[in-house]
Amino acid sequence: MSVRVRVPTPLRRFTAGNGEVAAAGASIKDVINDLESRHPGMRDRLLDEKGEIRRFVNIYLNGDDVRFLDQLNSAVKDGDDISIVPAIAGGR
Amino acid sequence: MSYITALKCRECGQDYPVEPLHVCETCFGPLEVVYDYARIRSAISHKLIESRARNLWRYRELLPVDNEPDVGPSSGFTPLLHAKRLGAELGLKRLYIKDDTVNHPTLSYKDRVVSVSITKAQEFGFTTVSCASTGNLATAVASHAARAGLKCYIFMPEGVESGKIVGSAIYGAKVITIRGNYDDVNRLCSEIADKYGWAFVNINLRPYYTEGAKTFGFEIAEQLGWKLPDNVVIPTAGGTILPKVAKAFKELKDVGLVRGGAPKIHSAQAAGSAPVIHALHKGTDLISPVKPNTIAKSIAIGNPADGYYVLGAVRESGGWGEMATDEEIVDAIKLLARTEGIFAEPAGGTTLAVTLKLIGQGRIHTDESVVVSITGNGYKTLEAVSQAVEQPFVIEARLKDFDALFERLSDGKRLAGAA
Repeated sequence: MSVRVRVPTPLRRFTAGNGEVAAAGASIKDVINDLESRHPGMRDRLLDEKGEIRRFVNIYLNGDDVRFLDQLNSAVKDGDDISIVPAIAGGR
Repeated sequence: MSYITALKCRECGQDYPVEPLHVCETCFGPLEVVYDYARIRSAISHKLIESRARNLWRYRELLPVDNEPDVGPSSGFTPLLHAKRLGAELGLKRLYIKDDTVNHPTLSYKDRVVSVSITKAQEFGFTTVSCASTGNLATAVASHAARAGLKCYIFMPEGVESGKIVGSAIYGAKVITIRGNYDDVNRLCSEIADKYGWAFVNINLRPYYTEGAKTFGFEIAEQLGWKLPDNVVIPTAGGTILPKVAKAFKELKDVGLVRGGAPKIHSAQAAGSAPVIHALHKGTDLISPVKPNTIAKSIAIGNPADGYYVLGAVRESGGWGEMATDEEIVDAIKLLARTEGIFAEPAGGTTLAVTLKLIGQGRIHTDESVVVSITGNGYKTLEAVSQAVEQPFVIEARLKDFDALFERLSDGKRLAGAA
């Protein structure tokens, strides 16, 4: 499954400055592992020591927070749209 | 003169320069302003503060600005009202309302955080400011941007109250509503901030923006005669104001402006959007996001960025938190209006309704002092209560028609003074 992943500024030093990169995988976890193989260092920024999504990272699959779906096991289809967004924002 | 030395990640402690940054590159944690408290301590005094204009800049040493600010000259220093009639109904002698319904110029606590962030946007040289908002922030950013001569784009979820749309567009801001909820707007704006290089007051200027919320706490202490209250009840949406009021109280002690006092800080959420209260009651740090559904739109944030810090501040203070249903919120809005002449938005109704619960539970004792934080004005959210008030009586312009009506309203009793 080939997907596009939008990358926020703090992670772009892993993607040569690109705000959008390609990745592949059947689940969010697979996609993160694929990102790690293409852009080493990214996985540690997204997942904590226990392998869970870090508290201050939000990952959206086609606009839905994966915490509302099946977390890291959320199924990914060809052409899906994934966004990584820092959780720290907002305020009404 | 600025007393900021750096930005620092709250999670991993990494230092960053004083720039428009908000997220730690290492752990994605939030960045926070670091001050030189030793220098502030020797510069600041009750006398100096009290000699200044009655606005939020009277605490400027504890705010992250460099120069003499000219944004927000009438923002802050809102009344702390001794609520005697409401207190009598609740059995409390020392009940206070911190009344940001009359904050200037846009009638909510957001005028505080926006005064600071627009000042900072100017210092950084931005020409366009923007925000993701459920409404109150929108009107504040639009107004302060107009006065500062900055271009302004406002993003809100569809379905916000019309007053907040008109109240932003009137200042010349471009208003964009998004088909989705606040959390969707927030996500989009994070991406826009990255791509367009604008100053989003609550995103890339967030470390500075949130500091403005401390002034709510500074004022409570000053207005109580440089003393801290026993309890403060504060609404929680994204989680900005509550931890910053806790920080304000701590800073006042650290720089020697208040002694003693250990306020319990309580969080209030609407039952239809209460992820922080659910986590508090469960005793966990893990906040599960929710899809908001409440009339309290200004606090309908299902995935609060700073919710984790709200939990920390509440627990550390020995406080608690509760949630209020839409019906309880409306009843509390009416109670506050009827007893104290203050018309709060639903966030304020939420805070008062939760205060009643905390008193009922014995978590707030009737011999203690309590400050209820009313952070926004009901005139912006008429839709929320328009069906809950008595509808007007329509009569012809004839005295006998009024006589008949008055007799009916007086339960048919013989009218004193009527012929």
